[in-house]
Amino acid sequence: MAAEATTETLEPTFYLVEEEHHHEPGGSTLLGFWIYLMSDALIFATLFATFGVLSSGFAGGPTPREIFSLPLVALNTAILLVSSITYGFAMIAMQEGKLGGTKFWLIVTGLLGATFVGIELYEFAELIHEGATPQRSAFLSAFFTLVATHGLHVTFGIIWLVVMLFQLNQRGLHPENQRRLQCLSMFWHFLDVVWIGVFTFVYLLGVLR
Amino acid sequence: MSDAIHAHDAAHGAPHASRRTYVIGFLLSVVLTAVPFWLVMTGPLDATTTGVLIVGAAIVQILVHTVCFLHVNTQSEGGWTLMAYIFTAVLVLIVIAGSLWIMFHLNTNMMPMVDAPSS
Amino acid sequence: MFDESVTRAIFGRLGWESFPFHEPILVITFAVVALLGLGIAGAVTKYKLWGYLWTEWFTTVDHKKIGIMYMILGIVMLLRGFADALMMRAQQAVAFGASEGYLPPHHYDQIFTAHGTIMIFFVAIPLVVGIVNYVMPLQIGARDVAFPFLNNLSFWLTVAGAGLVMVSLFVGEFSRAGWLGYVPVANIENSPGTGPDYYLWALQIAGIGTTLSGINMVVTIIKMRAPGMTMMKMPVFCWTALCSNVLVVAIFPVLTAAFAMLMLDRYVGTNFFTNDLGGNAMMYWNLVWIWGHPEVYVLILPVFGIYSEITSTFTGKRLFGYSSMVYATVVITILSYLVWLHHFFTMGSGASVNSFFGIATMVISIPTGAKIFNWLFTMYRGRIRFELPMMWVIAFMITFVVGGMTGVLLAVPPADFVLHNSLFLVAHFHNVIIGGVVFGLFAGMDYWFPKAFGFRLDRFWGKVTFWGWVIGYWVAWTPIYIVGLMGTTRRVNHFEDPALQPWFIIAAIGAVIILIGIVAFVIQIGVSIKNRDKLRDTTGDPWDGRTLEWATSSPPPNYNFAFQPQVHDLDAWYDMKKRGAQRPEAGFKPIHMPRNTGAGVILSGLAAVLGFAMIWYIWWLAAVCAVALLVYAIAHTFNYNRDYYIPADEVAEQEDARTRLLAAGA
Repeated sequence: MAAEATTETLEPTFYLVEEEHHHEPGGSTLLGFWIYLMSDALIFATLFATFGVLSSGFAGGPTPREIFSLPLVALNTAILLVSSITYGFAMIAMQEGKLGGTKFWLIVTGLLGATFVGIELYEFAELIHEGATPQRSAFLSAFFTLVATHGLHVTFGIIWLVVMLFQLNQRGLHPENQRRLQCLSMFWHFLDVVWIGVFTFVYLLGVLR
Repeated sequence: MSDAIHAHDAAHGAPHASRRTYVIGFLLSVVLTAVPFWLVMTGPLDATTTGVLIVGAAIVQILVHTVCFLHVNTQSEGGWTLMAYIFTAVLVLIVIAGSLWIMFHLNTNMMPMVDAPSS
Repeated sequence: MFDESVTRAIFGRLGWESFPFHEPILVITFAVVALLGLGIAGAVTKYKLWGYLWTEWFTTVDHKKIGIMYMILGIVMLLRGFADALMMRAQQAVAFGASEGYLPPHHYDQIFTAHGTIMIFFVAIPLVVGIVNYVMPLQIGARDVAFPFLNNLSFWLTVAGAGLVMVSLFVGEFSRAGWLGYVPVANIENSPGTGPDYYLWALQIAGIGTTLSGINMVVTIIKMRAPGMTMMKMPVFCWTALCSNVLVVAIFPVLTAAFAMLMLDRYVGTNFFTNDLGGNAMMYWNLVWIWGHPEVYVLILPVFGIYSEITSTFTGKRLFGYSSMVYATVVITILSYLVWLHHFFTMGSGASVNSFFGIATMVISIPTGAKIFNWLFTMYRGRIRFELPMMWVIAFMITFVVGGMTGVLLAVPPADFVLHNSLFLVAHFHNVIIGGVVFGLFAGMDYWFPKAFGFRLDRFWGKVTFWGWVIGYWVAWTPIYIVGLMGTTRRVNHFEDPALQPWFIIAAIGAVIILIGIVAFVIQIGVSIKNRDKLRDTTGDPWDGRTLEWATSSPPPNYNFAFQPQVHDLDAWYDMKKRGAQRPEAGFKPIHMPRNTGAGVILSGLAAVLGFAMIWYIWWLAAVCAVALLVYAIAHTFNYNRDYYIPADEVAEQEDARTRLLAAGA
């Protein structure tokens, strides 16, 4: 019997001896990261659910209207939203092969992100100073944890962004760097989506009741 | 067979962004953010209507972000991006709505909470 | 004064009193474990195997070796978890009336907590993940999983968690709050010691590993199937692996968040689950069961897949109703998110909530029933070979169905009001876990062992294992159903009513019969290794299998397939055999492979020390580990050189060796 595995197209082939179906290295990275983001969404869902359940657990302590400064939140929301589009510009520069442009817009995004975290830390410091600590009531525990978890994610995003700047300096727009920037892009926009939930359900609805 | 391979490969690769999409998404988001803040801060409407409007605006803005910034569409990763997204959205709803429904009922069956300042 | 604060700064709350010198059982256990450990370490040193272990096993990114390491972890932890079971059975057999037994509540509570925690998180999950890891990439015709390094990291993170649980036996104490860390027992006021902290840190660390593994397997199945293998031409085992891992990705984050909030309550004084200041302990139960129910489907779905593969192979027929099996699996996956409240019907949500979840729970038994019928129809008019794997399948069908029925009974809220937290409940879940998951894991091990190691398992000792487990299960758990139905509560170390004692004695005898089964299993492995030449399989296909893993040699080469298979039909290997596919014997090409790495071991080691430091309040050490983790992880990303090519002549060498082996055996 012939040991040929590839013959005319009439015979089915059972082994790919000529053309390797090449799974390009890193071809799974984007989907993998997307699925990780879906799992992260569920962490936030749990924190939102807990906030929802505990949101009237004031224990005689501060209520949303007493502690939330909507102008500050509006400013922070604007900063984060602008950082989303500056990251978008970074991605467009990357697609157009412009290393300098990519780095520039990344730096702008990073600075906006750092400002966001800075303002949030200021907000927390003020609240704690006033006695509205995470330990004061279940409502405050849930508030601080939800918002701080988001802030921690943004912080990790900034650290990642800084590392990327180093790696861009080292290897320019290497395919691996491009993949990583695409992942960071998904991460950054995802955080802005979560923030929509935060400012709506925590701050706006909180003040509204 | 090589057609199958190339078609397969076409499903790879990141979604391509355009400046236009980002700017449109950004402008829509600005409106969908500013209006809710304005409604709550100046308070022209009653609380329930405001609540419904701002939640509605949030949902729309999330969709705007999903399409314009996250580039979720039916083609990406052979449809798996969208499938994972919808599946997660359903679960997020179940976790939040389910927990609120259950806990609200549990609280109903519990002794009344005494929300006095001293305790 | 000065001394004390310095000691506290360096050692946190760790002190001489943390070591249980006054507990003879623990001292003896430690001595045995230490001697065993030193013995093994000594042997490894004597035969100069540390280098081999590090380069070939600890740093591997090969899914097959990682799968084997998961299995070893699971089996070792099974011995620990079962020791806990024996201790509980012994206590409950004697502690009636005036006799208090030998385990006071303080210890008994730690033992049942450890038993459950270990069995679910460090036995069932690793064994299931191990089998999926080994088999699934081969079945889809891939060379490895999508993220080989993450696979290695996931394994070592699980080991780190297991390590912390084992350390808790000798340093400090373990949790007494049950396998799910129930509040308010686990709140800081009620458990100020290290107990829940060991529990939480071990599971958070292991949980990250499991979540990453889930992402890995899902992406592998979506992206890396061989050409021609559409989703509906995938083996059913891969479908169940996909759904199980989708569940993992979807639910572990909920547990992570719930545990994180409990940790915040314990460490920082927040009020999520406290009894005052607005906290709501019931929210913890709600969140934990949102995780807990789908978790049991994480365990059982791959095992259903194992049964499907074994049934069709040993009846020589294609699986009956492939599409309905797939739909049933997907339906079970979705429905598993809609039933969680049945774990706390009695918590007081009221009739409307209870009815919804009760009905949903009853509905979820329907697709499972459909699967049983499909297996029966596969067997009907087949030529059944009663090899050991098939025997496990039959035992499963009889045992598991009973457990399923008691589950439907418990799903009725009014019935559950009587039976909640009784031993009837405990018997139900052991029924489905032992009859379902454990029997399936043994079936899978017997079935795929020859593939992994190149020789079969000894049949005689396999049968002793089988009968030990099957008879042991029924003798141990039927009495528990009975006393449960009579109203006996779970998690109790002492009973007043002497009329119950005969049942508990029978149950203890059953546990000893299972012990015989476990010992026989260990002997089976030893005997098989000793007789491996007699039990050798050179064909790679000892069972006349139907799926692609049987197309490779046993064990497969590290690259799995020299050439990617092209798939045309379901049961791809059976299709290839039927149509006379010829294995290519020349024209080999270089093969692209990922490099080994020590990063997984290092990151997990740091995580384990971080966990230990946090448990004992050694803040400086925790900070150092946290920073080290971050720095090392970032440094790792600067390594872009993560792959290599196996040269064509090396591939040719391995393939030629196989060609010769096949010719010699023919």
